[in-house]
Amino acid sequence: MKFMISCDEATSICDKNQYREATLSEKISLSYHLFICKYCKKYTKQNNLMSQIFGKYLTPCDGSEKMSDEAKEELKKNVKTELKNN
Amino acid sequence: MSDNIKHTLNPDKWIDLYADYLYNYAITRVDGQDLAKDLVQETFFSGIKGKDNFRGQAAERTWLVSILKRKIIDHYRKINSIKGQKEVRMNFYEEGDKKGSWIEERVPQSWGNDADKKIENAELKDALEGCIKNLPEKYRMVFLLKTVQNYETEEICNELDITPSNLWVIIHRARIQLRNCMEENWFKN
Repeated sequence: MKFMISCDEATSICDKNQYREATLSEKISLSYHLFICKYCKKYTKQNNLMSQIFGKYLTPCDGSEKMSDEAKEELKKNVKTELKNN
Repeated sequence: MSDNIKHTLNPDKWIDLYADYLYNYAITRVDGQDLAKDLVQETFFSGIKGKDNFRGQAAERTWLVSILKRKIIDHYRKINSIKGQKEVRMNFYEEGDKKGSWIEERVPQSWGNDADKKIENAELKDALEGCIKNLPEKYRMVFLLKTVQNYETEEICNELDITPSNLWVIIHRARIQLRNCMEENWFKN
């Protein structure tokens, strides 16, 4: 395990941890780093807030979107032409 | 026995039968309705060109989805290889003794004691969407797949043909940029 990590690495682990996918050794390295680095500590706190914001304001497509009728008509026309040419 | 069923292709009916399904498949993976529509059309075109290669083992829809998946990978490769596109500005030294440390003038700034309250505001959504639009497309695509559509890391890696370490580098860069942008446009006192 790598004990001393850079701020770039620490914040990378912090990002990965937002998705609960950091490994145990990564989390240990991060905790140690946060103990000695106030900037990364601040980053971590703000990053948690960013995750909250993403969850609150960004909604996934639920798979129920339909292609518009006009788009389908155009698609039909184009597919027809393509079929003729093949 | 499904093994005995020989599937056939009926391109005349593809749009009525599969356009919505494929469109949904695309729009949960790529950014924007127009792009999703284009990819569906390209899928149908490739299907027509390749219809003689269809062996009838898979159902028509499954076969079309496999073509669409390929189109999504191709699209990702294309946006990934565009030369001279804007890169994400990182906050860390990239070389030298200080490699990996914060660049002094780009360290995280204070967001004030009321940062928690600042996120309870409907206008934040506009600021956030503006920041997301500013991400280079390759970062935006991976970030949204992971963060908003909640796809598994493995699934994204398979679908875009990238490694998990690629994925985490992209996520890191995207989040750093979004944080900087929201700091500038929303949280700075």
